[in-house]
Amino acid sequence: MIMPLGLGCSSRPGTSRVNRTGSWRTFRPVFLRDKCTKCRLCIQLCPEGCIMEESEGFPVPDYTYCKGCGLCAEECPAEVIEMQKEEK
Amino acid sequence: MTDEQCSLFEPGHRACGGCAAALAARAILDAAGPDTIIVSATGCMEVFSTPYPETAWKVPWIHSLFENNSAVASGITAALKKQGRKEKVIALGGDGATFDIGMLCLSGAFERGHDFVYICYDNEAYMNTGIQRSGATPYDASTTTSPAGKCSTGNRRPKKDLPAILAAHGAPYVATATIAYLPDLKKKVRKALDTEGPCYVQVHAPCCTGWGFEGEKTLAIARLAVETGLFVSYEMENGVVTRVKKVVRKPVEEYLKEQRRFRHLFRPKRNDAEIAKIQAIADRNAEKFGIDINLKK
Repeated sequence: MIMPLGLGCSSRPGTSRVNRTGSWRTFRPVFLRDKCTKCRLCIQLCPEGCIMEESEGFPVPDYTYCKGCGLCAEECPAEVIEMQKEEK
Repeated sequence: MTDEQCSLFEPGHRACGGCAAALAARAILDAAGPDTIIVSATGCMEVFSTPYPETAWKVPWIHSLFENNSAVASGITAALKKQGRKEKVIALGGDGATFDIGMLCLSGAFERGHDFVYICYDNEAYMNTGIQRSGATPYDASTTTSPAGKCSTGNRRPKKDLPAILAAHGAPYVATATIAYLPDLKKKVRKALDTEGPCYVQVHAPCCTGWGFEGEKTLAIARLAVETGLFVSYEMENGVVTRVKKVVRKPVEEYLKEQRRFRHLFRPKRNDAEIAKIQAIADRNAEKFGIDINLKK
């Protein structure tokens, strides 16, 4: 006999995107392109996973989700990411 | 599209800015790929990644309780085996779920020899419920249930050596890793998944809120834990240590003074006796695992 489980709940994959965590931010990482070496370190270590690579290979943050933690700016070996105060 | 851009762990989760556990989740999924079933224990990662009706995960993910994480993973592994399916099963838990509450089921699953990987993201206390001490809390760390004050210097007990306990169960592969070295973490997760039998990976994941440092310092703190010898990154195969990350060791003070949970060791006045005890823990680690690189002078 198969007993249906009446407990529990489920949700669709990746639905957390409705929650725009960018509103948490007080400092905004600004990526300066001139000295960027395209090492992709920031893309890998962003805890949000919201830094993307654009067609030329430069990293671009998604400000919809960036919480402004500053980890990318702190770790960038070329020091090309600046944390600037968010103006709202 | 590159690998990172089709991430299996989506943004929009509620982790604090600079959360190491969120970073660990991304790295683990990068290494494991889409054919993975995640079994998650209660804990910070479960709470911040899946507030109903949302979820950050793009792989099958199941949560039951704190204590039966490994039992659920055992059941899924057995069901997949019966059906002849090849999906990999990862049980994910924090240090509270792994070291304390889920220990019974974890021990049972390892003893029965189910083919799954248990990954513990170790932030060294119950962070989700408000920084209570766990079996993974290091010596002298101040938490809400081991507060430092006039009569106490924080947690009195050393950290439980869980990798050794699980290696003693006959686990073929036991490893410790840290978010400070992501390629190494991914390699260890991949190796654990490719090894048959119950494997364990313990990921050191500093918690900016619980340990008391700024979110941008997460990786720097994780690196310091390795560089001071307080956390050793190693691989154990069939109970024998086969690979160790060697370092030129720094004094433990450099790691301790960066964190609020060890602030009582430096203020109002410096407690040299306690710092020396923590240095002794690092020295013992260094001797046990042979992590020291001796530079020629």
